[in-house]
Amino acid sequence: MSFPWANHYEPKNPLMKWVDQRLPLPRLVYNAVGAGYPVPRNLNYFWNFGVLSGAALGIQIITGIILAMHYAANGAVAFDSVEHIMRDVNSGWMLRYAHATGASFFFIVVYLHIFRGLYYGSYKAPREMVWLLGLVIFLLMMATGFMGYVLPWGQMSFWGAKVITGLFGAIPVVGTPIQTWLLGGFAPDNAALNRFFSLHYLLPFVIAGVIILHIWALHIPGSSNPTGIDVKGPQDTIPFHPYYTAKDGFGLGVFLILYCLVLFFAPNALGHPDNYIAANPLSTPAHIVPEWYFWPFYAILRAFTVDFILPAKLWGVIAMFGAILLLFFLPWLDKSPVRSGNYRPAFKKFFWLLVVDVLILGYCGGSPAAEPYVMISQLAAAYYFAHFLIILPIVSRMERPLPLPNSITEAVLEGKSGATLSTSTQG
Amino acid sequence: MVRPIAFLAGLGLVFVLLFSLVTGAIAYISEPPKPTVEHEFHLHPKAVHFASDGPFGKFDRQQLQRGFQVYKEVCSACHSLHQVAFRDFKDLGFTDAEVKAIAKGWATEVPSINPETGEPATRKGTPADKIPAPYANEVAARAANNNALPPDLSLMTKARHDGGAYVYSLLTGYTDQAGFKNEKGEEILKAFPDAKTPASLHFNPYFANLNIAMPPPLAADGQVTYADGTVATKDQMAKDVAAFLVWTAEPKLENRHRTGVAVVLFLLIATVLAYLSYRNIWAGIKH
Repeated sequence: MSFPWANHYEPKNPLMKWVDQRLPLPRLVYNAVGAGYPVPRNLNYFWNFGVLSGAALGIQIITGIILAMHYAANGAVAFDSVEHIMRDVNSGWMLRYAHATGASFFFIVVYLHIFRGLYYGSYKAPREMVWLLGLVIFLLMMATGFMGYVLPWGQMSFWGAKVITGLFGAIPVVGTPIQTWLLGGFAPDNAALNRFFSLHYLLPFVIAGVIILHIWALHIPGSSNPTGIDVKGPQDTIPFHPYYTAKDGFGLGVFLILYCLVLFFAPNALGHPDNYIAANPLSTPAHIVPEWYFWPFYAILRAFTVDFILPAKLWGVIAMFGAILLLFFLPWLDKSPVRSGNYRPAFKKFFWLLVVDVLILGYCGGSPAAEPYVMISQLAAAYYFAHFLIILPIVSRMERPLPLPNSITEAVLEGKSGATLSTSTQG
Repeated sequence: MVRPIAFLAGLGLVFVLLFSLVTGAIAYISEPPKPTVEHEFHLHPKAVHFASDGPFGKFDRQQLQRGFQVYKEVCSACHSLHQVAFRDFKDLGFTDAEVKAIAKGWATEVPSINPETGEPATRKGTPADKIPAPYANEVAARAANNNALPPDLSLMTKARHDGGAYVYSLLTGYTDQAGFKNEKGEEILKAFPDAKTPASLHFNPYFANLNIAMPPPLAADGQVTYADGTVATKDQMAKDVAAFLVWTAEPKLENRHRTGVAVVLFLLIATVLAYLSYRNIWAGIKH
């Protein structure tokens, strides 16, 4: 679907006409990310992060496929095969650092993409399906990222795998058999490493498939925009190409500069030194921490320290998974008819509190499980759940939103298009 | 229906978290965690500069060769370097003939078999070989070292925070435990009388648990005689071998820096062009 005023694909080149009549693939691309997709004219730079996430996935798939040509998924040689890539494969060091840094940057842009959606109410009707599919992508990314971190078979790989699969052991009665079944043994070993490699290679293509659904679902209502109000007519939109391809091209340049600065000048800054020690089941690292992008959830897991009806560990596991799963219900928890946070003064304050809260959780998750970090993460985790499950439903009912502009064009002409996150509060 | 259920679930989770918090806080107040000797007396690595630091850093090949000499004459008696091959030493500025000679003359021979009988045997190293380990296996290594295992050094500077500085600090950080004070002026054995270093270990405040099995390897100035005439003080030897281990952990570091500068310059130009074309395309559109 598209707006009635969308440009129509009319191939001029006889070859393209010939192809289009037999396989309308050029038409599909034209309507999806070309001049045939009308987009609100007032999108700000926060709308770049969807394309950047796609670019990051592309980088991961290309570098990953080449790394897999040199990597050996066997506990006896996996660690040395990674060092073989670093030392003896032509430009292997660049491929590996590009892949490891790329994973971090994939999560950075996806987190910004998610917070963009949270602030501008992109999860609300009629875009619930876009949000739900996005969360599926996020879950798949987390699984892929976790299994990828196991593959170098360093100390953090091994002990991370042991701790995370150990979470399933907290499930009453069937927990231990499930854990054994997942690992193919009683502790991470060859069987686990091999299946993680297999799945780590598979899931990115599943992600790519869900991304197609994500974009398909987006194109039914069309893109949202910083004012959150609906497109009313042709004056509100411009074609995706060349306007947003040009803007995304610039955004991609900025992204690649930051990515390459880390890749080439601080490639190990986002990793843990212990993963340069080969896996040793007999030696437990002092602090087992996952990759930084799991830290907020790891803090929630460790925040439950007291048995209360259920064992503390089970509470932690329920809460950690619940922290992500509750996002699936967000479109029905926040019933405010106003989408954009720019016109929701109370919501906006709580939103920024949530951002700070998640950063605090992340900091605690990366710190040792000792005081005061445990107490801080208990408070922060309590706010996290209170925000989504208690505060948002109440705020969306009580709050008096600011008056909305009549149309996107009016907002643009008055210079209040919401081009920045927080300056246009006066509506 | 979603919201009442969510509300109850939220209240439940918040309650359990606050219950955990109060329980933890009471325990924290009634029985504050005791400071550990590691927390009070462990030192962060000293500030030390290597030629390879920074975005334009390059290896100082003279220094790497000196560091290699320290490794060969001191460290290699106990520590393996199994990710590094003799052929890699060409990167240090050695010629093919020199590399061949280093491999052939290496103190430990390469495990092999007798070509006639098939019995286990050893042979001289060649440039294609990885550096042979001083001990046949972990049991042998522990047996020779009072049950401590000398770790492989190939990746040491990437396997510790502040790698190069850590190695340098550790090697120069051995000190007498009696009378050792932290910056607060507390004396270690007065504050923690139980923390006396056992007889088989050696006190070193740069080591994570303060007591290291390795005896001070660089015992005296002039322990090695440098071919390039540099005075082999303990400090100099420690710095040189640390620089060498930065190279063994990341032999492609120079390629990385060089490629990075070119890539970032290219991207800067491309991004400026992308920005200008973006402004050009949007010139007539108010947004």
